[in-house]
Amino acid sequence: MRNTLVLFRREFASYFATPLALVFIVIFLAFAGLFTFFLGGFYERGQADLQPFFNYHPWLYLFLMPALSMRLWAEERKSGTIELLMTLPITPWQAVIGKYLAAWAVAGLALVLTFPTWITVNYLGDPDNGAILAAYIGSFLVAGGLLAIGACFSAATRNQVIAFIVTVVACFLFLLSGFSLVLNAFQGWAPQPVIDAVASLSFLTHFAAIAKGVIDIRDLLYFATVIAVWLAATAIVLDLKKAD
Amino acid sequence: MIEISHLSKRYGPLTAVDDLSFTVQAGEVLGFLGPNGAGKSTTMKMITGFLAPTSGSVRVCGHDVESAPLAAKSCMGYLPEGAPLYAEMSVRAFLEFIADVRGLEGERRRARLDDVVARLGLQSVLEQVIETLSKGYKRRVGLAQALLHDPQVLILDEPTDGLDPNQKHEVRELISAMSKDKIIVISTHILEEVEAVCSRAIIIAQGRILADDTPKALARRAPSGKLEDAFRQITLHGGAKLKEAVNA
Repeated sequence: MRNTLVLFRREFASYFATPLALVFIVIFLAFAGLFTFFLGGFYERGQADLQPFFNYHPWLYLFLMPALSMRLWAEERKSGTIELLMTLPITPWQAVIGKYLAAWAVAGLALVLTFPTWITVNYLGDPDNGAILAAYIGSFLVAGGLLAIGACFSAATRNQVIAFIVTVVACFLFLLSGFSLVLNAFQGWAPQPVIDAVASLSFLTHFAAIAKGVIDIRDLLYFATVIAVWLAATAIVLDLKKAD
Repeated sequence: MIEISHLSKRYGPLTAVDDLSFTVQAGEVLGFLGPNGAGKSTTMKMITGFLAPTSGSVRVCGHDVESAPLAAKSCMGYLPEGAPLYAEMSVRAFLEFIADVRGLEGERRRARLDDVVARLGLQSVLEQVIETLSKGYKRRVGLAQALLHDPQVLILDEPTDGLDPNQKHEVRELISAMSKDKIIVISTHILEEVEAVCSRAIIIAQGRILADDTPKALARRAPSGKLEDAFRQITLHGGAKLKEAVNA
């Protein structure tokens, strides 16, 4: 626990030691605003809620989260510091979780900094703040899921660009697995339970459920499982490919 | 004490380390010599628990590196090849981070930090970002990191590589000064270094031990009495003999 915290702090600080975290946060805030007010028609809808704001989060995350996660392990490999890190008296799990949480915290910070949108909607009307809080939690969980996928691909390569591209593709499939684009590939040959299983993997369906304001234990369990599985995969990949 | 028994590492058909066995006692400074690709770094990576051996075992301070990695790693300090460091951190932040991970606290933490900073002359660059340091300073930060918790066992992979003659001299002095009650294993290409600091030298090639003796005794194996000639004689001749043995 103590070591996880130490690694978390180092990683979190290193995001801010380079312009990465700052660029990430500025771009996230700019696009979140752009999508909400222009594409989402925040004013035109005439409703006091943040649905147009949250609707675009998964799509924004699709490109921004891989940018955040790509350096997690690929950079350690490239610079050789992975050898330094893994010969310190820490367990691989502490390293995997500490570094992952740092990336997630940067995403969480960006999300918290969207609070002016929340103030705006409260100023303009009388929204259901419970539902907004739920949607924030849902959005944070989607970010966490995508970052866990990204951590795993970052661990598999020393090239950050490759980590980024592969992560975007994997995240795209995970986001869309509830949609016909992905499901059609299974229709016709896979049995119905398999199709249902694939459909239930979609980040979007679970996010939509939470964003409605209903925090169902099954949705939370879903995100917890996704994160745990991908982090376990990260630890396994690191163990298998330590040398190169 | 480091006990290595029947240690091997294979990458597919390639055998990097082939059935290595030796022990190192406290007070010894072991020089690990060999041509490039002989398996020096791979052996060090297995001793420090970074790579898992294909077969065989390593025990450091009585702890098996594979089954009790944390205990073994706690009593070791390691300078990996090329001295990799977190480039974006300041020297101070980096050393504080290592102190955190090593669990140093309170008075002892301050004393240890002061000690390594003084020993390696890092006072003037403490606030500097590691990226901006010269190669010599980077190497010193790498050494400071390895020494910080005053470990019983020091594994240094080419500690003087890329340093100028004065810095090399300083690092050798440092190693000699610490050698009394510690186990120090260094790998190097520089034979004068072995003569200057090591109490024992192991020459390996193609993953096998070709010679294990004091540097003086090794040097006497060459007609000229020079360690350099002995090294060439052993590695070239021994390598050829090994090849014959494998082919036969």
